[in-house]
Amino acid sequence: MKSGRFWAWVVFALGAAYFFIPLIATVEFSMRMRRGVYSFDAYEVVLGDPRFQATFGYSVLAAVFTIILGVLIVVPTAYWIRLRLPQLRPVVEFITLLPLVIPAIVIVFGYIRMYGSNSPLPFLASDTGTNALLVIGYATLALPYMYRAVDTGLRTIDVRTLTEAAQILGAGWGTIITRVILPNVLIAVLSGAFLTFAIVLGEFTMASLLNRPAFGPYLQNIGANRAYEPAALAIIAFAITWACMSLIQILSRFAPRSANRPN
Amino acid sequence: MAEPFLSIQHVRKSFGPTTVVQDFNLDVEPGEFVSFLGPSGCGKTTVLRMVAGFEEPSAGKIVVAGKDITRLKPNQRNVGMVFQAYALFPNLTVAQNIGFGLKVAGMPKADADRRVAEMLDLIKLPQMGDRYPYQLSGGQQQRIALARAIAPKPKLLLLDEPLSALDAKVRVSLREEIRSIQKRLGITTIFVTHDQEEALSISDRIAVMYSGKAEQVGTPFEIYNRPATKFVANFVGTLNVLEGTVTDAASGKVRVNTQEVALKGKLNGSKTGDKLSLALRPEAISLGRHPGRDSSLSGEIAEVHFLGSVIRVRVGIGGSTVSLDTFNSPAAPPPAVGEKAEISFSSGDMLVLH
Ligand SMILES: Nc1ncnc2c1ncn2[C@@H]1O[C@H](COP(=O)(O)OP(=O)(O)O)[C@@H](O)[C@H]1O
Ligand SMILES: [Mg+2]
Repeated sequence: MKSGRFWAWVVFALGAAYFFIPLIATVEFSMRMRRGVYSFDAYEVVLGDPRFQATFGYSVLAAVFTIILGVLIVVPTAYWIRLRLPQLRPVVEFITLLPLVIPAIVIVFGYIRMYGSNSPLPFLASDTGTNALLVIGYATLALPYMYRAVDTGLRTIDVRTLTEAAQILGAGWGTIITRVILPNVLIAVLSGAFLTFAIVLGEFTMASLLNRPAFGPYLQNIGANRAYEPAALAIIAFAITWACMSLIQILSRFAPRSANRPN
Repeated sequence: MAEPFLSIQHVRKSFGPTTVVQDFNLDVEPGEFVSFLGPSGCGKTTVLRMVAGFEEPSAGKIVVAGKDITRLKPNQRNVGMVFQAYALFPNLTVAQNIGFGLKVAGMPKADADRRVAEMLDLIKLPQMGDRYPYQLSGGQQQRIALARAIAPKPKLLLLDEPLSALDAKVRVSLREEIRSIQKRLGITTIFVTHDQEEALSISDRIAVMYSGKAEQVGTPFEIYNRPATKFVANFVGTLNVLEGTVTDAASGKVRVNTQEVALKGKLNGSKTGDKLSLALRPEAISLGRHPGRDSSLSGEIAEVHFLGSVIRVRVGIGGSTVSLDTFNSPAAPPPAVGEKAEISFSSGDMLVLH
């Protein structure tokens, strides 16, 4: 028993070291911009850079639209598959996995060929169209995570009986989805949204090839040309991620109390 | 007879090649409480779901208050339903659950609140409005499901085995509560169950179902005492079945094992030499000879179970055994296993099953 505990601690320590040492090293390095003393100079430079503010704002906005689009597509689809077409679930699951298998670069080249300015759907002819195409592309990239999260959430409730209970009380599909299904999978949707947010903030390929002023290309640009600032940016990105996770923890307290606690 | 309120006419339902409900007919009067009774898988839920609108009949029609509703969507039918698995909305409070149908119907909030309070009183849970479903027991959840179903004043109330997930004590008290609420509101109700005691105790009429058909529709008294088919006789109540052979069709004599009993007027159409199944309820048999009981058979005591006020005795007669109940009497000890015994009954109580 004793030695079992000992080895458990050893494994834990190794895991923690693997995780924390690079992080600590990055923090340490990011603070050495001023010779001889630790300082937050690198952070000041990064946060004060107008390109940081612009690209970060752009990506956050793109993430918000991506999440909205993802929820609008995934929640009704996953719900309908569970309710009426359970035999199609393996097929849909496979389709949602495709973005993990097909590289983003292939998708984006496809987009450029399909939606060029002389195609019937000229998304790329205007800035707004290109932004929309980027959001659509992001929604595709986030699909595996969003679908899995929502589907797991739906598993915790009896979708069919709750739907029928609402129907017999006079509810139509809109009411059923917004008042019965969505509130009960809210936590799942939030975790899907969080993952989407993280993916969009760090995404490089699509934004770069569609030539959008997003955070990913900015990160790459700084990383290639500066010494201390990339480390500071990495730490900032990490802090944002952690903030998102804490936010979800807090939000889940306000979510329907019994949603994930069936008796 | 009054105009039927609900009329299920020649309804059939097939899923692919398998026919699950065949030529189902039933008329239900206004305010009547009808149970569907039958073994699991006989199609009770399917018929109920067709009345609710969740399944579309493959043939036949369903009429409510003179209006054909066969093709209406569930949310257009104004029917209340209680499911076996409670099916309360977990994200809503008890009051919001009960008020769900009212809100969907667009009732003003003040009226809806009043109706919800009225419903909470009706199910005797006036303090529970702010609780969430997961904080309640199964019995409480099912009462709330009932309140939610009747709050919008539906034309019909459908209950699909609402008690089968509850423990025995709650089951009995809740079924009586359901019946008394139903009577008070006068709401036409269909209650699905596989529990014969449940069906017998609370129904105005019972439809006994077997493999997709209504075998018999009648009052609990008729179903129990005059079962129309062998299936009904066996499924409802305990039944002793003896195999017999007709020895003299003209005078109604039947041989059971080596003994003969006279069943005048019961053999309708049987010929001498035909084999018959004869059935008797335990309470129609007495131990020993009794005045007024015109037939008897002799056998040997096979088992004695002392149950308190009642003693259940099993008597072997030839190859078969019959169960009968006698009341405990402090003056007379129960019979012993192996004793010779005679059972008596009136031939009028004998059911002849074809
Ligand atoms: N959607 C369906 N598809 C195929 N078969 C079904 C479906 N629903 C019910 N059945 C079949 O119909 C039969 C009757 O089911 P059901 O009405 O639920 O019986 P009960 O409620 O009496 O137990 C069962 O054999 C069941 O397997
Ligand atoms: Mg059933």
